[in-house]
Amino acid sequence: MPQSSQASLWNALSATEDLSARFVYGAEASIALGDLVAGSTLYGRGDELRGLSVLVTTTNQLTTASALIELDGIVRRIVLCPPDLPLELLPYVIDSADVDAIVSDRPMLDLEIPRAVCLVPCSHEIVPEKCERSAQHQTEWILLTSGTTGLPKLVVHTLTSLAGAIETNSTSADGVIWSTFYDIRRYGGLQIFLRALLTGTSLVLPGAHESPADFLSRAGHHGITHISGTPSHWRRALMSSSAHLIAPRYVRLSGEISDQAILNNLRSQYPQARIAHAFASTEAGVAFDVNDGFAGFPASVINDTPHVEMKVEDRSLKIRSDRNAIRYIGDSHILKDTEGFVDTGDIVELRDDRYYFVGRRDGVINVGGWKVYPEEVEAVINRHGEVQVSLVRTKKNPITGALVVADVVLKAPSQAVDHDGCELKHDILLLCREALSPYKVPAVINFVPALPVDETGKLARRHA
Amino acid sequence: MNIRSEILAQFRQVAREQDKRLAPLTDQLELVDSGLDSLCFAIVVTRLEGAVGIDPFSVSEDAPFPVTFGDFISFYENAAK
Repeated sequence: MPQSSQASLWNALSATEDLSARFVYGAEASIALGDLVAGSTLYGRGDELRGLSVLVTTTNQLTTASALIELDGIVRRIVLCPPDLPLELLPYVIDSADVDAIVSDRPMLDLEIPRAVCLVPCSHEIVPEKCERSAQHQTEWILLTSGTTGLPKLVVHTLTSLAGAIETNSTSADGVIWSTFYDIRRYGGLQIFLRALLTGTSLVLPGAHESPADFLSRAGHHGITHISGTPSHWRRALMSSSAHLIAPRYVRLSGEISDQAILNNLRSQYPQARIAHAFASTEAGVAFDVNDGFAGFPASVINDTPHVEMKVEDRSLKIRSDRNAIRYIGDSHILKDTEGFVDTGDIVELRDDRYYFVGRRDGVINVGGWKVYPEEVEAVINRHGEVQVSLVRTKKNPITGALVVADVVLKAPSQAVDHDGCELKHDILLLCREALSPYKVPAVINFVPALPVDETGKLARRHA
Repeated sequence: MNIRSEILAQFRQVAREQDKRLAPLTDQLELVDSGLDSLCFAIVVTRLEGAVGIDPFSVSEDAPFPVTFGDFISFYENAAK
C-alpha cells in the first residue's frame, strides 16, 4: 500500500543542508553522500525495483551502503544478506521472502533460483542520474540470523524500529566520525551505519580482507571519534600496536558479554574515551547502554530505561519496545509472547543490586559473536564410526569470550588408549572441519567414559 | 616443561589446522602479523591451558594484552612463576 510521504534514508539525507564533507569510507574506495543523493549506483535502474521485494547480496560493504540508501522507501522489502551466507542458502531465502529482484555486485550468480527474479547490478561507482526518489513505501528490512536447523531466520524490521534508539535531533554530531568493526550487513553494524547517516556524520568501514592493524591505521587517519565492536573485536584490536593510532572519544561494545577485563583494558588504552557497553540483539533491538565502566548492569536499568520495557522472567531478560523486530517471516518461529515481549534467551543473575549475563538459555555458544548450536556440531561428530555419543559445550575464553569443546564417548573406549587418542581426535576434527565453519569446530576433544543423562533421558546440558 | 617450546608447537599446530600461513616466530613479531586470527589465538590459549595448566589471561583483569610474540611468551612464563 503505497503512501506518499514516508520517511526514508534518502529523504533524510537529501533534507540535510550540507553533505559536502560527508563520506562513507571503505578500504578501497569511498562514497560521497552528496553525489549519492544526486545519482545512482544501480546504473539508474532503481525505478524498475519500485514496490518489489529485493534481495541485496554484495561482496563489499560500500556497495551495500549505497544500495540501501537507494532502495529504502522505494522497494517494498529489502532482504539484507550477511557476508558469510552460503550461496546455496540463497534459494531458501529468496523463496521465503518472496524475492522479486536481486541487487548484487557479484559478476555472475550461478544459482538454481526457485522463482523468476530480476537481476540488477550495483557498484560503488555513482552514475549521475535525475531520479524521482520520494518514498512510497515503509520498506520492510529483513535481517538474517542463524537458526537451530542450519537455515537462517528472517527477522522483519522497519527503518523506524531499526532507528528507534538513534537521537536524530542531537546537536552533538559536530566533528563526530563513526566507525565500526562490525559489518553493516548485520544488526550491530547496521545500527552504526544508520546512526552515521541519520545524525549527520561520516563513517569509516573495514574492508573485507583488511587486517585489524590496517583498519585501525586507516580509521586513525580519518580521525574517527566514535567506534563500536564486539568484545572479541576489541580484544583483537588491543593485541595490535596499531590500537594507539585511533583516539576515540566514544568506545562502544555490544553483541557479546562485556567482561570486566576488556572494559578495564579499553579504559587504560583510551583514557579519554567514554566506554559503553550496550545490550542489543537483532530480534529485541537496542535496549540499553551501560556507561559506568563495570560489567553487567544496575538493577535499576530494568525499570528506569526510557522507551524500553524490561522484565526478568525465569532468569531470562525480556524486552518490549518499538525497537523490537516486527516478526519472523515463516510460521515456525514466534518472536513475541502474548504481551508483546521478546524473550532474549539471555540468562541474567542478580548479585548486589546488579545484573550479570551468565549465558544463553538455549545453550547457544557465542564464539566471538558467532552463534554455535551444540547439537549441530554433535551431529557431525556422531557421524564418526568410532563415536557413540558426544556433548558439545562452551569453554570460557579470554579472546573470543567462548570456544567450543567436545566430550566424546567412544563405542570401544580402548580405541583411545590404543592410539593415545591423538589419531582418533585428529580424525574426528578432520570430519568437523570438512562439515563446519571454523568457529564451530571444537578446539579440544576429550574422550570420556560416559555422559550424564537427565530425568527426561536427554543429555544433561549445563546451560546457564 | 619448556613453555616456549610448547607455545611454539601450539602456534604451528593451530596454524596448520586452520590453514593459516604462519610468519617466522621471532620475539619481535607482532601477534597481528603472525598470520593467526582471533579464533586461532582463542584455540591456542585453550590448548595451552590444557598443556601447561595456566591461563594467564584469566589471572588478572588489568593485565595488558600481549602485543608481540615475545610478550606472549613472557606473559605465560611470568604467570607460571
